[in-house]
Amino acid sequence: MTFFDKVLEHEQFDLQQFWSTVTDEMVIKSLNKQSLSDKDFLILLAPKGAGYLENMAQKAHKLTIQNFGKVIFLYTPMYLSNYCVNRCAYCGFNVENKFLRKTLTLEEVEMEAQVISETGLKHILVLTGESRTHANLQYLLECGQILKKYFTSITIEIYPMETEEYKELVKAGVDSITIYQETYNRTRYDAVHLSGPKKDYGFRLEAAERAGNAGMRSINIGALLGLSDWRADAFLTGLHAKYLQDNFPGVEIGISLPRLRPHKGSFQPVSISEDRDLVQTMLAFRLFLPRVGITISTRESAQFRDNLMKLGVTKMSAGSSTEVGGHSQDNKSDGQFEISDNRSVAEVRAAILNKGYQPVLKDWQYL
Amino acid sequence: MEDILKIGGKELSNRLFLGTGKFPSKNIIPQVIKSSETQVVTVAVRRVDLNGEQENILNYISKDCILMPNTSGARNAEEAVRIAQIARAAGCGNWIKIEVINDNKYLLPDNYETIKATEILAKKGFIVLPYVSPDLMVAKALVDAGAAAVMPLGAPIGSNRGLQTKELIRILIAEIDLPIIVDAGIGKPSQAAEAMEMGADAVLVNTAIATAEDAVKMAEAFNLAVKAGRLAYLAGPGAEQLYGEASSPLTDFLR
Repeated sequence: MTFFDKVLEHEQFDLQQFWSTVTDEMVIKSLNKQSLSDKDFLILLAPKGAGYLENMAQKAHKLTIQNFGKVIFLYTPMYLSNYCVNRCAYCGFNVENKFLRKTLTLEEVEMEAQVISETGLKHILVLTGESRTHANLQYLLECGQILKKYFTSITIEIYPMETEEYKELVKAGVDSITIYQETYNRTRYDAVHLSGPKKDYGFRLEAAERAGNAGMRSINIGALLGLSDWRADAFLTGLHAKYLQDNFPGVEIGISLPRLRPHKGSFQPVSISEDRDLVQTMLAFRLFLPRVGITISTRESAQFRDNLMKLGVTKMSAGSSTEVGGHSQDNKSDGQFEISDNRSVAEVRAAILNKGYQPVLKDWQYL
Repeated sequence: MEDILKIGGKELSNRLFLGTGKFPSKNIIPQVIKSSETQVVTVAVRRVDLNGEQENILNYISKDCILMPNTSGARNAEEAVRIAQIARAAGCGNWIKIEVINDNKYLLPDNYETIKATEILAKKGFIVLPYVSPDLMVAKALVDAGAAAVMPLGAPIGSNRGLQTKELIRILIAEIDLPIIVDAGIGKPSQAAEAMEMGADAVLVNTAIATAEDAVKMAEAFNLAVKAGRLAYLAGPGAEQLYGEASSPLTDFLR
């Protein structure tokens, strides 16, 4: 049994109908429980739950401090390649989009690493589009060798791989993986992934489990909120995280909450997750899964991110660029999506301290 | 006579050990060390950043303190051993708190892997302080493996739930000749005092101090509580009894 079976099970259940029956009493009861069931989590995501954001926030704040302390972990993304064979309706790297495509040479990877490491960051997230021609396993292993000299933790956010490939990457020093399902709704998934290997819903869904079996230390998942009904995707994301936590107790599980933002080709979200909605989602995650890491990227604005710090966030990106070569080159390519929080690493660190939190730049040691 | 705790050839007059994760800023740590009067400070090797002056937590810890690096993040004995070696190579001394956790939900230690790591590291000359779930047989195995102390948890890390494992810790105190240091779960000074009163040799506190609104003041409160508990233990509290003296004794006829 994999999480795919869980998804099939939940397709039989009418979430919208259930949410319409949720009462204030149900929300109050669920939010005050010490340990929340799947159903409690579902109740907190209901429209009725929006009336209890302050109560949820107070509890989420306490739980986060108790479990993680007054700290926020920092990282930055580094795009290795924007070549992509997929046609995803919502993505700037869509194979049909005409713009400057680029894969960093190993020398360029080293230059990027140098520039980033000068900010003091020790955790790097490396990304590629899906193209085994332009960024194959061998290339990634070689990049890993370079990055290890500058960073103490390497996370990959790339196309889904086989277990054996993940094992190779772990051996080379990659310790974490980020992989978003984008949407858990299979019909919608099929509709927005127009062509390319990414059309295979199951292979992508089970990548997290393969990474766990391969020995990754941390696995970060998420849905691109807005691609489909955000409440339903938030619910399935939470269940997915719980499934991974139960089945891979030695792995640190994290959730990201990316929201669909404007980009080239102007793909529009079908369900808009407003700020209040994103907060409700995050609080429900924290109450349901007190030990899970929660990441907020620079897709969100500086002001909003600062306000989210006390609501359950444990990890933030800083000094981000979604362009290949974006940290060190003048002649960089087009980005995958627009950054809203353009502050430097030093500015984000100062903002975190200002909120009464310690910015942590290093939380792992390559062994 | 001064009340001294001996561990690994060092003599300690203060019995509050301090954890350094979870603080709102590194700048507060020197003040916390001062107000707690602690002599032993633990740091996660995974968090130690030797390159950055401002980022290096070691720069915030008084040279008078004994540094006790911990193996947080280790999922098995092999990883714990590697982390200990990294700490020693980085100049963190030869004390090591072994923390092997392969359960991110409850953060409970893996006793079996901890015993293995203790044996390997003690042989390599480390002063090994293993963090475990309290269990008499495990503690005996740790004695045989060469541990310098045993650090049983009072409740899961960060839970602030106090001495949930009190009866099991009581047995360790009675049966094990090594220092018993209650580590994890202590959420209030009164709980630290309770552990000391029952005969624990020391307590280690992190979350309860680091996440207090005024960490410096809370550190002072813990220092006083640990001292009070220790003093009470040394004073030998009177025996507890459930009832007052009966006014009509039942065994009076035996006189």
